[in-house]
Amino acid sequence: MTKTAAHLPPFQRFLDAHRDDVLRFLVASLGRHDADDAFQETFLAALRAYPRLRPASNLRGWVLTIAHRKAIDVHRARARNPVPVAEIHDGAQATAASAATSAPAAAPVASDAGDRGDHWERVRALPTRQREVLTLRFAADLSHAEIATALGCSEQAARRAASDGLKTLRKELRDVPATT
Amino acid sequence: MSLPPPDLEPGASAALAARTTARAADEGLAQVAYVTVDSPVGRLVAVHTSRGLARLAYELENGGLDEILDDVARRLSPAIVEAPARLDGVRRELDEYFDGRRRDFDLPLDWTLSSAGFRRRILQECARIPFGATSTYKAMAIAAGSPTAFRAAGGALGSNPIPIVVPCHRVLSSDGGLGGYTGGLDRKRRLLALEQGIGQDALRAR
Repeated sequence: MTKTAAHLPPFQRFLDAHRDDVLRFLVASLGRHDADDAFQETFLAALRAYPRLRPASNLRGWVLTIAHRKAIDVHRARARNPVPVAEIHDGAQATAASAATSAPAAAPVASDAGDRGDHWERVRALPTRQREVLTLRFAADLSHAEIATALGCSEQAARRAASDGLKTLRKELRDVPATT
Repeated sequence: MSLPPPDLEPGASAALAARTTARAADEGLAQVAYVTVDSPVGRLVAVHTSRGLARLAYELENGGLDEILDDVARRLSPAIVEAPARLDGVRRELDEYFDGRRRDFDLPLDWTLSSAGFRRRILQECARIPFGATSTYKAMAIAAGSPTAFRAAGGALGSNPIPIVVPCHRVLSSDGGLGGYTGGLDRKRRLLALEQGIGQDALRAR
């Protein structure tokens, strides 16, 4: 990631190296249904910009920043056209809704069901900045410095938002695994 | 406190990535598309641009897929995706050729990867040698307007970025020897045998 390369890798290799990270981040940030489209939009936008990118760029941080912006677009669209929460997270309806834009073989990409996905639904309900920091930190595994770059804020502000968000979650959800 | 990342279903991101690259190829966002093709002379990597087929590489003779794509990324564009549908025509014509059902390729070619000038003239002359016929390095040099440059003609053919389709295997030494080949002499022999209708069954049986 920090390795200096004289040339950019072929886009396909870059895509294969980061597709899991991008999808994990988008599923955490948007839920499984909207993650599908946002994933495609992210990598298409990346491909458009790719030939002009500096070879030594932090490609992982770069593509997750694009994914973050695509997630913002979806959250803004939702704010303009509110959908009942049950519908957003309902697998059957989500699949039907995405059928128009996706290939026929479109399969659900990741499951929000069960205990592991549950805390991300709570994260999605947090204030914007807290949601952004927590998804970038724990679903995309970016450092606070990288998050600060992606959000255009100070590292300190990113840490504070993460800590505030976790505090709220802890209150709401006593059973979130506490590993640190 | 930490939050475990969401679980992904196996293959989920790969399936989405394939949909994304197919779209990128359809919408012309990917400047370069590639596919790997199995053939009786080993696996080939076919690379296509908006202009046509730019590279057909013997995978093993060229250091493997990564090395071939790195080279294309440096020389053409890093905006490379795997897009099999984009290369359906190439794959179909190669299959027909190896099945003995096709003598000439009707594929648009992108010559960007052969340096303009003498080298490209030699390769374009070579592209005119008909199926089943052979020529010589000397004849290629003469046709390209540099009668004494038969060694350089050999070098130009050795650098052929689109072997098989640009049939440098049909060029032999003036003394009747096989000369050289970008895919190794064994492949040159096999291609010549295929075109002369000799040993076709053996070729298929492999």
